[in-house]
Order: sequence, then structure tokens, then C-alpha cells
Amino acid sequence: MTLNGWIQIELYCAVVLALVRPLGLYLTRVFNGERTVLSPILAPFERGLYRVSGIDARQEQHWLAYTGAVILFHILGFAALYAILRLQAILPLNPADQAAVAPDLAFNTSASFITNTNWQSYGGETTLSYLTQMLGLTHQNFLSAATGIAVAVALIRGFARASTGTIGSFWVDVTRATLYVLLPICIPYTLFLVWQGMPQTLGAYVDATTLEGAKQTIAVGPVASQVAIKMLGTNGGGFFNANAAHPFENPTALSNFVQMVSIFAIGAALTNVFGRMVGDERQGWAILGAMGVLFLAGVLVTYWAEAQGSSVLNSLGLAAGNMEGKEIRFGIAASALFAVITTAASCGAVNAMHDSFTALGGMIPLINMQLGEIIIGGVGAGLYGMLIFVIVAIFVAGLMVGRTPEYLGKKIEAKEVKMAMLGILCLPLMMLGGTAIATVVSAGLAGPANAGPHGFTEILYAYTSAAANNGSAFGGLTANTPFYNSTLAIGMLVGRFFVKIPVLAIAGSLAAKKTVPASAGTFPTHGGLFVGLLVGVILIVGGLTFFPSLALGPVVEHLAGTAGQTFATGG
Amino acid sequence: MMNQLRPALVLLVALTAVTGLAYPLAMTGIAGAIFPAKAAGSLIERDGKIVGSSLIGQTFTGANYFHGRPSATSAPDPADASKTVPAPYNAANSSGSNLGPTSAALAERVKGDLDALKTESPGTPVPVDLVTTSGSGLDPDISPEAALFQVPRVAKARNLPDDKLRDLVTSQVQGRSLGLLGEPRVNVLALNLALDDLGRR
Repeated sequence: MTLNGWIQIELYCAVVLALVRPLGLYLTRVFNGERTVLSPILAPFERGLYRVSGIDARQEQHWLAYTGAVILFHILGFAALYAILRLQAILPLNPADQAAVAPDLAFNTSASFITNTNWQSYGGETTLSYLTQMLGLTHQNFLSAATGIAVAVALIRGFARASTGTIGSFWVDVTRATLYVLLPICIPYTLFLVWQGMPQTLGAYVDATTLEGAKQTIAVGPVASQVAIKMLGTNGGGFFNANAAHPFENPTALSNFVQMVSIFAIGAALTNVFGRMVGDERQGWAILGAMGVLFLAGVLVTYWAEAQGSSVLNSLGLAAGNMEGKEIRFGIAASALFAVITTAASCGAVNAMHDSFTALGGMIPLINMQLGEIIIGGVGAGLYGMLIFVIVAIFVAGLMVGRTPEYLGKKIEAKEVKMAMLGILCLPLMMLGGTAIATVVSAGLAGPANAGPHGFTEILYAYTSAAANNGSAFGGLTANTPFYNSTLAIGMLVGRFFVKIPVLAIAGSLAAKKTVPASAGTFPTHGGLFVGLLVGVILIVGGLTFFPSLALGPVVEHLAGTAGQTFATGG
Repeated sequence: MMNQLRPALVLLVALTAVTGLAYPLAMTGIAGAIFPAKAAGSLIERDGKIVGSSLIGQTFTGANYFHGRPSATSAPDPADASKTVPAPYNAANSSGSNLGPTSAALAERVKGDLDALKTESPGTPVPVDLVTTSGSGLDPDISPEAALFQVPRVAKARNLPDDKLRDLVTSQVQGRSLGLLGEPRVNVLALNLALDDLGRR
């Protein structure tokens, strides 16, 4: 670990923190339906859109109607994306003559993009046409992110309101998230990325003749416009197979830094939106504080492990950090930081190959996802995931002192706790259940590229990433097979909807409750004690659920590596 | 749910048109006008021919050029399209090795590369980036140490004094972005182009 590395990490945290309040203020205004600086340009278009769609912007929805709208929107988006993938061979803007995507891969990719997972069973430059990248993937990058933000805002309204039957209009929320938040940031962001060297062209792949006379075909495309929303919307699906490690998808250390900031920007600001809407910004800071503690702990471990390097390679006479799968322009600090950020959020973009991380360095991304990506998390998804844990933490605190648990003046009762537990328990079911099946059937065992405990971790990582809607991978796993494509897609869909629907149920239930005035016995939820309790509950729930799986994978691999043991495939 | 169908369909089509077509096409137009060379892929031309992209690494095997890092990219096997064969710096199929820290294959590969480099330049510690593959397999850069490590070999092959090449490498070192971000590096293609220019003069 170097001083410069830590300065990069500190600078990153400072920039993200500095954005929380201004962006939080803007988002609050957007979702309260107030005028913003962009209203003069966007409001006429927005009104026209509502008129054509038959939406009354003042008509709010009951939580059931809101949920119905969310599901319907996903189903239609899925159908549209599936059709584009299957038909890309006969659609325009396909200079590399990509064939139609196979049914299982199209199913997987559609499920992946509507759920904001962006798992890459496809290899971008070898599978997808430019039209698919733009019309299919870029647009779902916007809409799945906008949907996540909408659901988070709906839950915040549940806490903020009292004695009401509605939690907002999904149609208005998703439209405003797209038009007022995502698109206006992406336009200058795209130009910045092109300035850093990212291609943005509809031209065909380029044939070059290298200095030594060999032919090199260089894949290009409309990269920057997709990467901007891929990062900002915590989608993470790469234009290229190597994702943000590809020099065209992340040309400089500066583009890397800005990409990392954009992963966390909206998710961090939403904690402030929460605070503002419930009338006490300190409540937002407390939640961000709990996220920050977990985040910094993860960065510390991963950076330390990667800087130590692999004990197997170092025993050969290399005395250096782990550079396998990492790019020179980022180095170890920025690669380790990126890995923790992308899995803390539900982004899943990678600027280094997680599969080649050291055992402990690669374990932290895995843990981040297993905890449900509540450390900043996906845009919207992180906040509502964290609020589920808040409900459980408040419930535990109430049990300890023998009072009816309250949070922000709302009594937390059986219904909320049951729904919160449903949201928490569906993830280990898909993560561990999927892994258990894949490690006993031959179609699953055919997947891993590495032998020994690392092979197990490849499978565990895949199902964890899918259910957590992350999308990063231990990329050695051959996942583009009917078995993995279909089981992982199911994991993604369950991981998305069996969290979202309980969350919206909680939102509806909370919004209908009366607010209880704070009394001397009310547990303050903006201080260090609450942050400590929340972090403790997260670690206990996560630790009890996942420690055995980690012991079988990264922990045993670390011990084997320290003892100098290696594992050969096919033996 | 049926009364929601109209808003769902209209919004999906309209927002798709805005974010999936209007946005990327407008960005392509604007980026192409402001940064034409970068938007096209930072291509480098020599004598009217495209020799590569300044952002994409390429294979160098001759002793008279500086080499980039090992690359784990592959290409479809010409004999059997369902299999792949190693094809370093295949810029149409980016990929890392995805070998884990206890992989025997990785340990063997690194050991082989280390032994070869040690005979090339005995007594000098081998920089780690010369025996590890990058995440993309297309890393255009090597560390300044890795470039300096290769100076004796290139100098011998080109019949040039070591000092002159060391100066060339030093002049090609790019520092951290803003003096802070990332790591110092040398772009291998730019270095080799400068090396060829040195020979021409």
C-alpha cells in the first residue's frame, strides 16, 4: 500500500461526500414535483408525454397500483429487448454482421438488463450490433435505473407521509428520473468520456496493420453514450467484453476516477433525499454513515490483500502486488477501490478481473453483494435495501428494551418486519440455493475455469452477483450455456422483484399509518449508537447466512495459497 | 392493470426513442464534431496506413521493439469454431486470463516467463507487469521499470547505445493523471514509433 494510493481513496470519498447535499437537494425537488433549473426546457416535453400517454400527473397511486405499474413496465421492457436481441441480424446498424442472439442468451440478457443486473453472458464486441447496444441496452440502462430510483422514492414517501392511501405515481417518477436526472447528467458526461479517448462512432471495426506487419481488427462503436449511463445508473453492462478494463471503455486514470464517482453519486445523494423528505437530514447522514463504515472496511481489506500480492507468485521470486488482470494505467489502488465500489453499489462494471484477485481481495466484492448491496447500493435499490435492514435493526432494538419499535414516528409492526425479512431472505435462497444446485449437476460443474476452491468461488460469485443484481463476475466461469443462462436469469428476476414488491408493500403500509410524536422513550436514529446497531445487525445477518459459503471458497483458498498449494484443472 | 397499459406502452416507446436513439445518435454527432479523432478510436496513421490505436496495445515479438505485457485474448479456432486459440492483443475480443491466485496454470506461465526474462537480462529484478496479463488483454502501457528493463535487449538489436534508449524511455513516461490518479506508465506503441523515428534520423 502506498501513500499515493490512500490519497486517491481519500480524494474519492471527499468528492462523493461533497456531491451528497447539492445532488440531494436537486433530487428532492425533482421528486416533489417542484420547479428545477431544467424545467423551462423539459417541462413542455414532459407535459406532452403525459398527455399522449393519458397520465394525470396529479393522480397518485395506491401501493398495489404502483407495484402493478412497475411489473407491467418490466414485462414490456423485457419483451422489447428480447425481440431486439433475436432480430438484430436483420435490423440496421450492424456493421460487424452479428448474428441473432441465441434464445437462452437473449433470455438471460433481457432479464439481466431489465433488472439492472447487466450480467455479461454475452461478449459485447463479439455478440451485439450497434443498434442492440443503443436501442436495446442503453435504453434499458436508463429505464431500469429510473425504476430503481422511483421505488426508493416511493418508500421514502411511505416514511414521510402519514394517514394517506397513496405513495406517488410510478409513471411520473420514472419519467422524471429519466428526463430530469439521468439524461441531463449523461450528456456532458458522454462528452467528457470522449475527450478522455472513448470512441463514439457508428463506423465499422477498424483494420490496422501493426508495426510488425500483423493485422489487428479494432472493435469500436458508440461506446461513450452507453458507458455514461452504465456507470451513473449502476448498470455495469460493458460495451466490450472486458468492461471498464478495456482501454476504450476507460481510457485514463481520470476517466476511471469520474466513473467511480458516478457509480456512487446518485445512491449517496438519495440518503440525503431521504433525510430531506422525512424532515431531518441527520437521518440521511446516519444511514450514509453506516454505509461508509462498511465501505471503508472493505476498501482496507481489498487494497491490503492486492498490495500484498499472491503468495504463490511471490514464492517464484516476484516481490510485488497482484497485477494479474489489472491495467497499468490504474494500478493496484484504483483497481482495488473500483472493485469495492462496483460491488457495494449494484454496478458490476469492472476495471480489473475480479477472478484474478487474491483470495481475500476477491472475497470482499463477494461479501458486498451478499449483504444485498446496501453500501450506497444500486441507484434506489441501495437505499431501499438499507431501509429494510433499518426496519430489522429497529425491531431488534425494540425487542431489547421491550418497547414497540418506532422509526421516524412510525410504529414498526408485524407486517413491516415480515415484509422486510422476505426481502432479506430471498437473496440467500437464490445465491446459496443456486450455488448448491450448480455444484452437484454436471451442467453446473462444467462451468468453472479454475480448479479447487477457486472454482467453487466462481460459481458462488455468479449466483450471488445475479441475485444481488450486480452483474460483475469471476469471469472464468463459462456462463453462456443454457443451464447457467436460465438459472442465473431466474436468480436475477427473483432478486429484483422479491425485494421490490415487499418494499412497496412496506411503503404502502407506512404511508397509511399515523405519526406518533417523539417522546423521552423514543430511540434516536440519527446518532452513533444507531449507526453501530445497524452495522451490527447487517454483519450478524450477513455473517450467519454466508460465512459457511465463504469458508468453503475464499477462506480455504487463502490458506491453501499461503501454504503454497496450487490447483490444476483436468487432474 | 389494463388501464395502465396505455401509459406503459407510450412511455416505453417514447423514452426508448429518447434514450436509445436520440441520445446516442446526438452524442455521436456532437462528439464527432468536437473530438473527431478520439470519437473514431484514437487511430494512428503512418505513411497513409492505420498502424493501430494509441489506446490499444499490440503484439511485439521482435527483439528490436519494446514488448507490451502478456495478453490472454483469444480468437475462434479456424479449424473448429466452437473452440478458441490464443491470439494475443485481439482487439475484437477483449478478455483477461481469469486465472485465480492458486491456479497451477498461472504459476507455470509466470514461472516460464520469469525464466525467459531472467536469461535475457540476468541480475535485474523482473517487473511484475511483464509476467502478468492485463484485465482487457489490450493494455497499451507498461510501467517505466518494465520499459527500462528491456533497454539492453533493444539497444543490442538496434545497435544503439543504452543511454540513448534510456533517455527515449524517460521522455515517453506519462505521469499520473493530475499528478495523483493512477500510476506512471509508458505507451508501448508510442515508444516503438519514437524508436523507429530515432532509427530514421
